[in-house]
Amino acid sequence: MEKLKYALFTGCTAKQSTPEQMMSTMAVAEKLGIELVELTEASCCGASHLQDYDDFLSLVLNARNIAYAEKHGLTMVTICNTCQLNTAMTKHRLDNNEELKAKVNEKLAEVGLEYKGTSAVTHFLYAIIDDFGLDKLKEMVVTPLSQFNIAPFYGCHNIRPSELQNETHKTAENPYNPTSLDDLIIACGGETVDYEEKNKCCGFHVELQAPHTAAVLTGNAIAGAMDGNADWMVTPCPLCHLKLDTQTAHASEAIGREVELPVLHMQQMVGLALGCTPAELGLNHHLAKVDFV
Amino acid sequence: MSTEHKITTQKVNFKVFRFNADEDYLPYYETYDMEVTSEEVVLDILNRIKWDHDGSFSYRRSCRHGICGTCAIKVNGRSTLACKESMNDMVALFGNELVIEPLSKKRAVKDMIIDKGDFWEKHAAVTPYLVADIDENPESENLVSPEDAEKLDEADLCIQCGACHYACPAVEINEDFFGPAAFAAAYRFSADVRDNATSRLKDVNEEKQGVWDCVKCFECAEACPKEINPIEKITKLHQMAFQEGIAKNNVAVRHAVGFKKSIVKNGVLDEGGLVLYSEGPAIVKHIPVAFKMFTKGKIVPPWGITKSQNLDEIQKLVKSSSTVKF
Ligand code: SF4
Ligand code: SF4
Ligand code: SF4
Ligand code: FES
Repeated sequence: MEKLKYALFTGCTAKQSTPEQMMSTMAVAEKLGIELVELTEASCCGASHLQDYDDFLSLVLNARNIAYAEKHGLTMVTICNTCQLNTAMTKHRLDNNEELKAKVNEKLAEVGLEYKGTSAVTHFLYAIIDDFGLDKLKEMVVTPLSQFNIAPFYGCHNIRPSELQNETHKTAENPYNPTSLDDLIIACGGETVDYEEKNKCCGFHVELQAPHTAAVLTGNAIAGAMDGNADWMVTPCPLCHLKLDTQTAHASEAIGREVELPVLHMQQMVGLALGCTPAELGLNHHLAKVDFV
Repeated sequence: MSTEHKITTQKVNFKVFRFNADEDYLPYYETYDMEVTSEEVVLDILNRIKWDHDGSFSYRRSCRHGICGTCAIKVNGRSTLACKESMNDMVALFGNELVIEPLSKKRAVKDMIIDKGDFWEKHAAVTPYLVADIDENPESENLVSPEDAEKLDEADLCIQCGACHYACPAVEINEDFFGPAAFAAAYRFSADVRDNATSRLKDVNEEKQGVWDCVKCFECAEACPKEINPIEKITKLHQMAFQEGIAKNNVAVRHAVGFKKSIVKNGVLDEGGLVLYSEGPAIVKHIPVAFKMFTKGKIVPPWGITKSQNLDEIQKLVKSSSTVKF
């Protein structure tokens, strides 16, 4: 197989509040022999909040990010569900509306760029599943996670709206019964935990404006995983991770029950199975202690 | 040309929610094994349960054409219009064991029938009609151009089935929250060129009940059988608040605007700076968690942020492409 190579859109969180996600992404890519070219020119995707304020501006900025991936002639890989949503949504809208695309390109031309629509945009989770292949990953596992019950937490912006999300996936994901992250857990040798909240919202996007709603959603998610007998949770989204890992005090208070579990980024889980060290994966950067390794 | 297609049948096991608020203390599930043909829709199954198994089984339906909006229920947690949803598609999605439930179990009155009172109250609260001075004896028709009609973005196709409303987690937690269908209705009338309402946009922008408490989960977009995409309408209501100058200087609004400020400065987000700008003095409540995060290397100070390369491009684009001010 030819070496897989992608343009990496890190997003902001991997560079700030979840440094462990950046570390583990690079560590896992190296183990798997995947080359990631970081798009250092990229701006923030707007996280669906800039979109509430100025739709056109957010389209122009996201188109610029994709244009840089196109310059490399590479598929863009994201490591944040919300980055994935906003980037893929921009791509979808521009690829299906010549007039809008022309308007956006008029602006990009001012800085010598053009959005063509030649690069696909996919989340690292699906790059591993669709392009690298879980069978191959399975063969590379050196430390099977067989003693662990692992609760997958999918995060909204990777599975909904499914029509958009499934434009890029090889196998369609059913948002009411998603399987990608479960499959990844199984490939790493772990046991998956089935629980009602696995495809629900963590509440991240209203943490400041609707703190109670946000805290209840986080609390319910962790409680669901705990009741499913999970040893830990795993998520492909750094924003979900922030919520589940750092907001347990608010969440416990909101639902009237102490909740806390170790929460791993999916890259950290894969990294553990591939034999990376805890230090390489940044396991010491969590608030909810990762005490099982 | 004959369009012959084969009708196939398969065995399906149905677990059906049963509850009679007048008699039962708790709901229970009844199981039915049936041969289902590829021609059938979910409503056919509800009919057969009632006609062949238990005459007391209750559900709402009227038009059987996806128009009246009464037959919405949940199949394996997924909202569906029973009269429109093909059984074949349901089996393809979920396999041969299907769970049939009302849209909201906690509002169940009898089996599939729920009390939709909260839905209608919230719908009524967004002034869901045109507010306009209408000449009662017009000389000619009051025409709306096709371009203006397009602005409604199909929000007028809503059949008030409630599928989105009862799929919305924010509705479940915050009982004041208007919910996706009410917002779609608010958008439908606010986007109408003939409308002169002044209070509607303000009402949907109020804290607690308003658009800013939407958690952006896209459950409503997924649930809607008419592809109204309510979250898209909510996003447009957010944008309208800025365009019409009624956005209030509150934490939600500053949070949206803060992204632009941060992008101009760094290209990327200054996460700590965003929280500080959004919260203002209320930032103190975040200090305990922020302190813990700091000790774990999760907080980068403003001077430590790696700015985007070619930041000048980003700044130039923000200048030339911004469409709103706040
Ligand atoms: S969604 Fe979050 S992580 Fe992704 S680019 Fe935007 S701010 Fe950064
Ligand atoms: S996107 Fe908003 S309105 Fe739609 S279901 Fe989620 S919280 Fe409710
Ligand atoms: S927006 Fe769609 S799901 Fe919601 S009430 Fe209207 S038709 Fe039903
Ligand atoms: S019976 Fe009217 S919409 Fe289904």
